[in-house]
Amino acid sequence: MKHLDIDATLDSARILVCCGSGGVGKTTTAAALALRAAERGRRTVVLTIDPARRLAQSMGLSELDNTPLRVVGVDDSQGGSLDAMMLDMKRTFDEIVLTHAEPSKAQAILANPFYQALSSSFAGTQEYMAMEKLGQLQASGDYDLVVVDTPPTRSALDFLDAPQRLTTFLDGRMIRLLLAPAKAGGKAYLKVVSAGFNVFTGVLTKIIGAGVLQDVSQFVAALETMFGGFRERAQATYDLLKAPGTAFVVVAAPERDALREAAYFVERLAAERMPLAGLVVNRVHRSAVTSLTPETSLAAAQSLEQSGGSPLAAAVLRLHADRVQLAGREQRLEQRFVSAHPDVPVVEVAALPGDVHDLAGLRAVGADLAGGSQALSA
Amino acid sequence: MADFPGVRLHVVNGKGGTAKTTVAAALALALASGGKRVLLTEVEGRQGIAQLFDSPPLPYEERKVAVAPGGGDVHALAIDPEQALLDYLHLFYKLSPNGIPARSLRRMGAIDFATTVAPGMRDVLLTGKVKEAVVRRNKDGSPAYDAVVLDAPPTGRIVRFLNISHEVGGLAKVGPIKTQSDNVMAVLRSPQTAVHLVTLLEEMPVQETIDGVADLTAAQLPVGGVVVNAVREPLLPPADLVAAEQGRLDTTALATGLKEAGLDAPEPLVQALGQEALEHAQRVALEEHGRDTLARLERPSYELPLLPDAVDLGGLYRLAASLREQGMA
Ligand SMILES: Nc1ncnc2c1ncn2[C@@H]1O[C@H](COP(=O)(O)OP(=O)(O)OP(=O)(O)O)[C@@H](O)[C@H]1O
Ligand SMILES: Nc1ncnc2c1ncn2[C@@H]1O[C@H](COP(=O)(O)OP(=O)(O)OP(=O)(O)O)[C@@H](O)[C@H]1O
Ligand SMILES: [Mg+2]
Ligand SMILES: [Mg+2]
Repeated sequence: MKHLDIDATLDSARILVCCGSGGVGKTTTAAALALRAAERGRRTVVLTIDPARRLAQSMGLSELDNTPLRVVGVDDSQGGSLDAMMLDMKRTFDEIVLTHAEPSKAQAILANPFYQALSSSFAGTQEYMAMEKLGQLQASGDYDLVVVDTPPTRSALDFLDAPQRLTTFLDGRMIRLLLAPAKAGGKAYLKVVSAGFNVFTGVLTKIIGAGVLQDVSQFVAALETMFGGFRERAQATYDLLKAPGTAFVVVAAPERDALREAAYFVERLAAERMPLAGLVVNRVHRSAVTSLTPETSLAAAQSLEQSGGSPLAAAVLRLHADRVQLAGREQRLEQRFVSAHPDVPVVEVAALPGDVHDLAGLRAVGADLAGGSQALSA
Repeated sequence: MADFPGVRLHVVNGKGGTAKTTVAAALALALASGGKRVLLTEVEGRQGIAQLFDSPPLPYEERKVAVAPGGGDVHALAIDPEQALLDYLHLFYKLSPNGIPARSLRRMGAIDFATTVAPGMRDVLLTGKVKEAVVRRNKDGSPAYDAVVLDAPPTGRIVRFLNISHEVGGLAKVGPIKTQSDNVMAVLRSPQTAVHLVTLLEEMPVQETIDGVADLTAAQLPVGGVVVNAVREPLLPPADLVAAEQGRLDTTALATGLKEAGLDAPEPLVQALGQEALEHAQRVALEEHGRDTLARLERPSYELPLLPDAVDLGGLYRLAASLREQGMA
């Protein structure tokens, strides 16, 4: 197994993207990497998405705030610094509209009920806006390193696919049909559109009512003025993900589903020629007591229980057996990934007994990320 | 007597990955036990139910997937927005799903479009289908299903998903879709419905449960029970747990005990085992804290054990039996 040298990555990368399936520790890893980079002397910003409440508080993030704030309590003796922000996706979307649409149109878009639905609940908006913000932070020139967390989705691939989905939707056939009346005007419109479209509007009017359809058309027409901007930006940010200096960190829990998702993601990055730093297997259980096998422990526990011996020792032995068995299961799952992807550098982070909710916890995770020499040895 | 006697629609919801699908399936089995007919539905196009029951992907069709203990059937349906729209058109406008209008709608991606521009519309179609199954009657007037279980989207989206009249109200003030959403809403808000929340004893899922209950309550949606999943029994006796957590585990007694069992007990080994006990105790304390936080919700609560491996069919029946013993069904 190749070992992931996280410090080398932290010292050289300009953008780090933490991806992985839901709940595996993306936000924690992103924050821990950013803190470590800052304390190693880099001017760093971390873009977090829905962090756990206490973690957010410990970084001074009390509410969504679309601009980065300085994190206090960071060791700046090496000349680095850490800023953090929580993504506000609606506001990021609004900002794009305000930048790209003519002022009169912008207000119409912002007020349209369909825009409001799209900007707050279209599957993929959050991913698109995370990328958008990433581009902005990088372009600001204020930072040596931008670390990005990704939204809680089931599949890590959503992060790569969502922006595409949004632009494809905005470029789509239906949108063009809805725009046709505005463009062709009057009767000519009847020639442009297919019979199918009339059926469509007929049915939609039936289902949702005529007023709604009009709202949709207006919304689409207003948005059209900014399509170009949208597409270009999406493309520019996507390109940034392939640029030298960008690296992906894939996070997984030592569980079947999470490792399978990680494998898909790693393969996809390779296909897209996007640079992978490596895999972080987070929340692994290890045991420092290698001399005592589960079998021996359980047998000893049983003999104590039968002989009426120390209940404490019996319980501790059962606990130990449990932990070693769990560690073994996790290692087998991890090994399966490694066999299939021998070139992917891997590092393990131990499961801490408590949640990670302060800078000290992040430092501990960071040290594990950098030190992970015990990988697969427990 | 089960805890939700008048409830015919059980919505199962929670943070992503907490086991919504698993619990929904176990609950369906539990509700079907003893000769009942239950429909288990999913709406996210992920075929989670089929995977769980080891069956081929479900078509848009109600299919029997399991037999419950003591007789009773679980049927399953994967609801897909496009099919639900065609159903709706058929039901209300007599538009044949294979006719030209329906086909051209599909060909043009119109359904995709409509449901993308206005997710509220998609949700009306999905919940509308669920509601239809809840109120459906046999020829003799008896309900087609004794209960319907819905494997719902995660907590972050649940209120938006269920509070469709609000979502749709923003888009359509009048019109057929508005009427339909009002009808669906009436069922969702009635005592026939209970929205259950699945959680783990960890900080974030517990917080999402608390927030979820508040959001559901604010939207006047009936909150059901809290299902705490993947619970591990503490392995240390209570007194030792407390001592371990406070870092005063009696390592001398531990060393003596190990020797009693015929093991070598060098100091580093004893210390390392003591450390494992400490970490276990910390984890248990954290879980206890989560449990206390959940208890303040004052909702009926059920605990499911952590099974050694991912849940297979056998595991599902075990979880179902446990829910039944605890009175959820
Ligand atoms: N190594 C670790 N040891 C113990 N707890 C951890 C560890 N890593 C993460 N956690 C805890 O696990 C929970 C989930 O972590 P986190 O929020 O980073 O996951 P995520 O992948 O960002 O989740 P989501 O997909 O919901 O955004 C948090 O409560 C965090 O404190
Ligand atoms: N009590 C349990 N013991 C062991 N494993 C469990 C238990 N409950 C669920 N699992 C496993 O956890 C994983 C996630 O469960 P499930 O798919 O039901 O979650 P979900 O909440 O529906 O996820 P999603 O948010 O992705 O829809 C599955 O692999 C399942 O087998
Ligand atoms: Mg996160
Ligand atoms: Mg699920």
